[in-house]
Amino acid sequence: MSLLHIFFWFLTALALFSALMVIISKNPVHSVLWLIVVFFAISGHYILMNAQFLAIVNLIVYAGAIMVLFLFVIMLLNLNKQTEPQKHIWLKFSGIIAGGCFLLSVSNVIYNAQNTTLELSKKAVLMGEGNIGLIENLGKKLFTDYVIPFEISSVLFLSAMVGAVVIGKKN
Amino acid sequence: MPVQYYIYLALALFSIGIIGVLTRRNAIIVFMCVELMLNAVNLLLVAFSKVHYGAAYLTNKTTDAGIDGQLFVFFIMVVAAAEVSVGLAIIVMLFRNTRSVDINFLNRLKN
Repeated sequence: MSLLHIFFWFLTALALFSALMVIISKNPVHSVLWLIVVFFAISGHYILMNAQFLAIVNLIVYAGAIMVLFLFVIMLLNLNKQTEPQKHIWLKFSGIIAGGCFLLSVSNVIYNAQNTTLELSKKAVLMGEGNIGLIENLGKKLFTDYVIPFEISSVLFLSAMVGAVVIGKKN
Repeated sequence: MPVQYYIYLALALFSIGIIGVLTRRNAIIVFMCVELMLNAVNLLLVAFSKVHYGAAYLTNKTTDAGIDGQLFVFFIMVVAAAEVSVGLAIIVMLFRNTRSVDINFLNRLKN
């Protein structure tokens, strides 16, 4: 068992445990902190796959900006106490059943796809090498082939900014 | 690393997100579970991008096959950032009108 496998299984267990804690925690602030742990674990996965630019962007955008926004809203609304009204126990149970059915059915599809013509079991993720995840190659591609979506996304940001201000202002 | 491991991991994270959306009533936690589902999809896109690149790398060492998947992840992150800013503004407005972030109060939108 190489170091790569140890890191992979550690990050996988960390991501799954923290994701469970996000939906189990009663206090919203704890949920936000566990979600930050999930994002760190996913960034670790990106680094294992040598997608370094996405790993850093994931940390900066998600763990840095979005989660701070969530924390600010929770603190501003003074929700950091356990006053969430609970759903009825049957509704919770049926939600868990629905999610479990989705998990089981899709994982059965994946399991059956191993030996079909798709040959999923022979496809491997290239770990730790390859330079398509480096910022030089991604930047060249982004500013040549993908320059129009890039500019459109700036318009999207502008409209989101205006929308957030319009919705959030007191009237 | 076989690609099924990444598929199962992303599937498990996505299912946890679904269960969170279906079982919680706090709008902010529902929103966070949506972010979790987005991140599961991002992880899967990067894994598939590396599968595609690894297959092309065997014949051509300077190929950039699979780089599109990583750019899609970049654009998903851009859209997610915009989505969060508008969504949190809506949640703040909901709290201002109902003094609660319970999603069951959202049916008051019809009035």
